[in-house]
Amino acid sequence: MSTVEVMLQKNPKRRSISGPIGKVFLQAFLILVAIVQIYPLIWLALFSLKDNSEIFSGDVAGLPKAFLWSNYTKAMSDGHVLTYFMNSVLVTAASIVLVLILSSMTGYAITRMNWKLSGLTMTIILLGMMVPIHAALLPLFIILKNLGLLNSYWSLIIPYVAFGIPMAVFILGSFFKGIPREMEESAVIDGCGIYRTFFSIILPLVTPAISTVAIFTFLSCWNELMFAVTFINNTAYQTLTVGMMSMVGTYITQWGIIGAGLMITTVPTVVIYLLLNKQVQKSMIAGAVKG
Amino acid sequence: MNSVFSNKGTIAVFVLPTLLLFCGIVLIPIFVSSYYSLLDWNGVGRGKFIGLDNYVEMFKDTRVLNSIKNSLLFAGASVFIQLPISLVLALILASNVKGEGFYRTVYFIPVLISTVVIAQLWSKIYNADYGLLNVLLQSIGLSSLAQDWLGQKDTALAASFIPTLWQYVGYHMLLMYAGAKSVSQDVLEAARMDGASRIRTAWSIMIPLMKPILKVSLVFSVIGAFKVFDLIYVLTGGGPFYTTEVPSTLMYATIFDTFRYGYGSAISVFIIVECLVCTILINSLFKTE
Repeated sequence: MSTVEVMLQKNPKRRSISGPIGKVFLQAFLILVAIVQIYPLIWLALFSLKDNSEIFSGDVAGLPKAFLWSNYTKAMSDGHVLTYFMNSVLVTAASIVLVLILSSMTGYAITRMNWKLSGLTMTIILLGMMVPIHAALLPLFIILKNLGLLNSYWSLIIPYVAFGIPMAVFILGSFFKGIPREMEESAVIDGCGIYRTFFSIILPLVTPAISTVAIFTFLSCWNELMFAVTFINNTAYQTLTVGMMSMVGTYITQWGIIGAGLMITTVPTVVIYLLLNKQVQKSMIAGAVKG
Repeated sequence: MNSVFSNKGTIAVFVLPTLLLFCGIVLIPIFVSSYYSLLDWNGVGRGKFIGLDNYVEMFKDTRVLNSIKNSLLFAGASVFIQLPISLVLALILASNVKGEGFYRTVYFIPVLISTVVIAQLWSKIYNADYGLLNVLLQSIGLSSLAQDWLGQKDTALAASFIPTLWQYVGYHMLLMYAGAKSVSQDVLEAARMDGASRIRTAWSIMIPLMKPILKVSLVFSVIGAFKVFDLIYVLTGGGPFYTTEVPSTLMYATIFDTFRYGYGSAISVFIIVECLVCTILINSLFKTE
């Protein structure tokens, strides 16, 4: 069991916290914090269902009088949110798949195969974890422009994959290290080639690491703004983050529609989180305790 | 066996695509950036080599200095406001309080949401006329405090820090929670046997043992503050009157609005160096203690 799993395990020994009054006070405090953390999002959900007159009438915090689902259809069609959404799905999915393929192969070669430069390669790749993306923005812009790739899906997928690789190689590599040698030995003795050994024996053993990397890559690509706003200005290729910015410009006075757009951006992430919350939390911790 | 696992061709197939992509897109551009920072270049034609002039100009430019000051204030607020709150929450949740899983899950939700959404949401919360914050102040009888939070020089910087605090408190809480959970139960048991109070145990035993994870949190929050871009770009665009401008938004404006490629690159190099120096500093600080 990894340290991360130990960290997230419940301690079976329950121990009471100093007296009933202390307990009530503590719970009240925790609930208050929970409200502060979650209420802005509930408020967003509510105003995404209202019209302007209701929002501006002063009752900003109340329930909508009538639930205006039309805000959502308007955001989807007139506001192009559906296009942005599909673009985000496509860019994110492609980035996740490519990150997984490239970094699992590289991580495997570095940790399990014998070659002189493996240590150096690992060091070079890990350097990438410390570099802020700002550093590469202008040179990348110029490279993509010269290749004629600005305003295409590739202008986002290529940088997202490249910047996702270091963390992915690190996480997958540390899982590969934990696999016993005998697994590979017996596979080879049974006549498996290296590719077969890797794809059908080794990869299935590291599914937890694969899902960790997938979640991590999903979050960073789905939410990325700086590259997306620089490399793409054609609505047809804009992702949700950039699309939301241009949408706010267009619908500056129609809060309900903007709210609906923001909800459409947010809901998939929150749903994935609620479904996989342990796995998500583990992957965030794994990303932090790399050092 | 050995021949299978040291086959040069196979290794090349496994490693080369990644390495080429990584070097071409991440590594080389960083060096290219440092080269651009030595040029006077507007992106058209060839840049003129001017040595370190951009850096000299940077440290005389009040707009740059102001943006650096703002990012330092962001870092300070993260370290002295956000991290203590996260630590308290983490220690409470790690002490087997009822509903710990639920709270941990809820506190973490904002971390996952796109900063663009968070910035839009908070710009609505801060809205001078109809925003949630002013309405809340009015409803508790503090109408005199209601104001245009993001539009005024005095309040804009503090107001743009709050959303970051709100968003990442859950992240640091989770890291510290994991750190607190990994402290051995035997040690805590022993402290309790010796009659140490909960607060005493937290202060003298938990926190010292959580040092590695506290270091990670510290590095992340300081570097995060130096890198902050999305939030400011969407929330205020650096205004009003540059009061919320940070190096990354200034770099962006310098490159893509005023087309000073060389000068903008110098700012980006400054951001990298700032992050590296801080990481090294914090690491060595934690080592000597």
